[in-house]
Amino acid sequence: MTETDQTISHEIPQTFADLAIDESLLGDEVVTHAKLQFIDLPSGAGRAGLITLDNGFDHTKPNTFGPLGLISLNNALDAAEAEDIVALAITGKPFIFAVGADLSGVPKITDPAQADSIAQMGHRVLGRLGSFKVPTFALVNGAAMGGGLETALQCNFRTLSSGAAAIALPECFLGLVPGWGGTYLLPNLIGAEKAIDVIINNPLAQNRMLKPKQVMDLGIADIMYEPADFIERSLQWVADVISGKVAVERPDVDRGDAWQSAVDRTRAELDARLHGAAPAPVRALDLIELARTADQATAFAAEDKALVDLIMSDELRAGLYSFDLVQKRAKRPVGVPDKSLARPVNKVGVVGAGLMASQLCMLFVQRLEVPVVMTDLDQERVDKGVAYVHGEIDKLQAKGRINADKANRFKALVTGTTDKAGFADADFVIEAVFEDLKIKKQVFAEVEAVVSDTCILATNTSSLSVTDMAADLKHPERVVGFHFFNPVAVMPLLEIVRAEETDDASLATAFAVGKSLRKSCVLVKDAPAFVVNRLLTRFLGEVTKSVDEGTPFEVADRALDPLGLPMSPFVLLQLVGPAVAFHVSETMNDAFPDRFYVSDNMRRGVAAGITGIWAFDEAGNRSVDPKVLESFDQGDAPLTPEQVRDRAQDALAEEVQLMLDEGVVADVRDIDMCMILGAGWGFHLGGIAPYLDRAGVSERVNGKRFLEPGVASDPR
Amino acid sequence: MAREVRSVYFVDGARTPFGKAGKKGIFAETRADDLVVNVFRELLRRNTELPPERIDDVAVAATTQTGDQGLTIGRSAALLSGLPRSVPGYSVDRMCAGAMTSVTSLSAPIMAGLYDVALAGGVEHMGRHPMGEGVDPNPRFLAEKLVDPEALLMGKTAENLHDRFPHLTKERADAYAVASQEKTGKAYANGKIQPMLVPVATRSAEGGFGLATTDEPPRPGTSMESLAGLKTPFRPHGRVTAGNAAGLNDGATAAILAAGDVADELGLQKRMRLVSFAFAGVEPEVMGIGPVPSTEKALSKAGLSIDDIGLFEVNEAFAIQVLAFLDHFGIADDDPRVNPYGGAIAVGHPLASSGIRLMTYLANQFEEQPEVRYGLTTMCIGLGMGGTVIWENPNYDGKKDN
Repeated sequence: MTETDQTISHEIPQTFADLAIDESLLGDEVVTHAKLQFIDLPSGAGRAGLITLDNGFDHTKPNTFGPLGLISLNNALDAAEAEDIVALAITGKPFIFAVGADLSGVPKITDPAQADSIAQMGHRVLGRLGSFKVPTFALVNGAAMGGGLETALQCNFRTLSSGAAAIALPECFLGLVPGWGGTYLLPNLIGAEKAIDVIINNPLAQNRMLKPKQVMDLGIADIMYEPADFIERSLQWVADVISGKVAVERPDVDRGDAWQSAVDRTRAELDARLHGAAPAPVRALDLIELARTADQATAFAAEDKALVDLIMSDELRAGLYSFDLVQKRAKRPVGVPDKSLARPVNKVGVVGAGLMASQLCMLFVQRLEVPVVMTDLDQERVDKGVAYVHGEIDKLQAKGRINADKANRFKALVTGTTDKAGFADADFVIEAVFEDLKIKKQVFAEVEAVVSDTCILATNTSSLSVTDMAADLKHPERVVGFHFFNPVAVMPLLEIVRAEETDDASLATAFAVGKSLRKSCVLVKDAPAFVVNRLLTRFLGEVTKSVDEGTPFEVADRALDPLGLPMSPFVLLQLVGPAVAFHVSETMNDAFPDRFYVSDNMRRGVAAGITGIWAFDEAGNRSVDPKVLESFDQGDAPLTPEQVRDRAQDALAEEVQLMLDEGVVADVRDIDMCMILGAGWGFHLGGIAPYLDRAGVSERVNGKRFLEPGVASDPR
Repeated sequence: MAREVRSVYFVDGARTPFGKAGKKGIFAETRADDLVVNVFRELLRRNTELPPERIDDVAVAATTQTGDQGLTIGRSAALLSGLPRSVPGYSVDRMCAGAMTSVTSLSAPIMAGLYDVALAGGVEHMGRHPMGEGVDPNPRFLAEKLVDPEALLMGKTAENLHDRFPHLTKERADAYAVASQEKTGKAYANGKIQPMLVPVATRSAEGGFGLATTDEPPRPGTSMESLAGLKTPFRPHGRVTAGNAAGLNDGATAAILAAGDVADELGLQKRMRLVSFAFAGVEPEVMGIGPVPSTEKALSKAGLSIDDIGLFEVNEAFAIQVLAFLDHFGIADDDPRVNPYGGAIAVGHPLASSGIRLMTYLANQFEEQPEVRYGLTTMCIGLGMGGTVIWENPNYDGKKDN
């Protein structure tokens, strides 16, 4: 009864003989085997084939499709085709359907023919599910992403488990398109507008995944069953469809103007947002546009072409590099002392009860679930801080994220006092007071007077020297920098700063806490503004300088558009606040007067109370804020957009190299990870270094690349 | 508070297909609790009139209550099935009569008006939990000769029963076994068994998912000749073989029970009315005789005689044990009232689950045979016990009074 396929040979079946599949592509693939069984459907509906995709590991290593996996599936389809069956169903291993193509071999691809073989194999094998001799059913029992979801889309029918963890076509997030049928099948199933959400908008929104109910609402699956007996119910449904007891009805897709207008609208949005910097979403949109009129063969051929172009693109290679950074390097930070050295943290103190301090308090309560004491100078501020945290807890409860008991538990963990003696038995105290060295030193001295000798003293400073802050303490070895990004609950990055005296146990404790807070932690040296703020400040300084010299605001602010940054420089300035940004620029200028620019115009603007460069009217149109025009005295040497961009990019390349020379981080990968997670710079840039390399900036400024060709770029 | 004794009805029953225990069995890599969950969910789907929150208690039997049969499986299976958290549950153990005891234990509070509706079940995954797993018999059993050394090995107790009744020969046992296989085959062919089964997805790491839709143990075509040559593993030149005994099996069963007035209120089916039940002890070394005293006791409590019983569902742990029962009551080996769909020798006997299989079979036969008023389900139990439940057929049309 059981046919297994455990011993996949590296022999390429005749079907794929025309493709450039070589050993380098087959290398270390964790093969997802297609295990075929023949079953009797319930209700006497007949015999069916049931394929299980299973790579032999548990759900922590999901099923993926590499060349050998596709060959295994192809073999299973051959075997099923040879049998007398009424239906063919395909499902995954527990909790996982399949999460897409195995991309681990892509960085090794040097020849477009190899890329083409991957594209074509996917189409040839998965495509068989769409034109099989009997109806095909995907039983989507768990996570289905990319090629996994495309496998389901190729089938004639889909059932979905209400327990499936994540459903998505995340290819555009990485720099690919769902090109194993996704760009054609999905819009033809649910219409262009919804397909654009799934294929383009969700991946570009921090790679948002669909929940099972949304999948149903979108019309991607035909029916949903609970996980308890998902396979059983699904096979009963298969039987009912085959026997005609159930008729599957799907709403008609609007193939008229709605299709084209959704495409046109998205094209404008993508252009405004990415300015052509990331080719994948635009390519996906082209394919969705084509899917309205093209026949399947034409559409699939166009997908093949797009996959080849993108696989051979620097942007995808940078995307894969970025993905690896945030998935792997971020989870195993480099240069961190052994976690066994970490001390337990069973109580936390927060100095300050302002907005930042309150956000920190909330995070510690929610993630560590230990008592957190906030202190401030007067009871009114303390009460306000505690009230803020209680309000945040109420919001979590209102959203259904926590129940009433948990809300009570969290609230009981939060206390406030004006007396730092409340920290006496704390294991970790973090300060979030005004950014002034003298004040912070005084705070630490006061805290040290009441806490144990091993209590961690952490500072959320963004630009002051942590070493200076620790200087006069009895136990400076327990001081660490703990630099969060705003908003604390949302931003994933945490720069953890080792000061000169910081010992291994304290650092290990800081990283253990950071991990418990579910942040991606990066070890940085105690250097001015650490990583993200240093680069953003340098970069913003160059743009501001060009304005001071006479470049029009509009030209300067748009000059970096070709990078496809998450926001333009002056929009970033507005978000940070000109006063804060200016203050940091002064601090950095103190440290590195040659490179960090302090704008007198900005000094006057801040003094005049500007909140940004741009003012927006009710329609959202922007113009330079009149207050800015009053404050700014521009020169008469305007730069071209290219000149502004060159200056800014050169400055970034120079600063990154200097940071590496200074040992601010262990590796340029840490800088890229910081820019991705802390500044939201795109995967297509690889953070920043891969972009600077491929644009020739690194070579021009530093005489060398940051990364070897092929690491985050097309190696050719 | 004055109480009135209420009638208890068997509303519906279902089971998984039964599998062969062991690495090659269909459920080799399927959890016991998942088997129960499948049956619970199927019963609730089949009986949509029953609001799940009306279930007052859940009892699930298992002989070996550890691992996937542990964790108070009555409660854990209820939670895993998606029953409301307000529905409690507990575990039951009376070895082979586990599910039967789930039914009787839940029936009593229904009769007394303490419960309205209850969910009874039984499971045994003998592949994952071989008979005797983890047992630690008190040394006093043997030291003080409280039981015969052979009392703990069921096959040996069956041989002992042959000793006690020399006229119940191996040939009669084999003939009974052949008939059980034939009746099961016929019942399958007539589509009698399939509707009682809940298909179960099976998964093996090696072969992927499959679907169990039919019982694995039956051996169609079993003949006297094929049985004659089988080994007698419990005694050299003995009489008990794998062919005239139930195998080692995996499976689960469940049933909904309800008070008569509540069944009417909710519009539930009333497939059988519980008349009486009894359990009785016998010498452990001849445990197979247990159904005789338990049946006499149950008949006596019901004020009925054996002649009033029109259908018998006797568990076939061993053919000799059924023959001893029939012999005692003067019933022919091939009496058509006995196990009309065949029995455990053919479909298997996942210990603690079998009691409800008997009841589900009887409920179906009641529907087919409205001329029958009373039927009984009975089974022998390890350590020397028997259990019997007498049921009345609500479909009884009075045309032929048994």
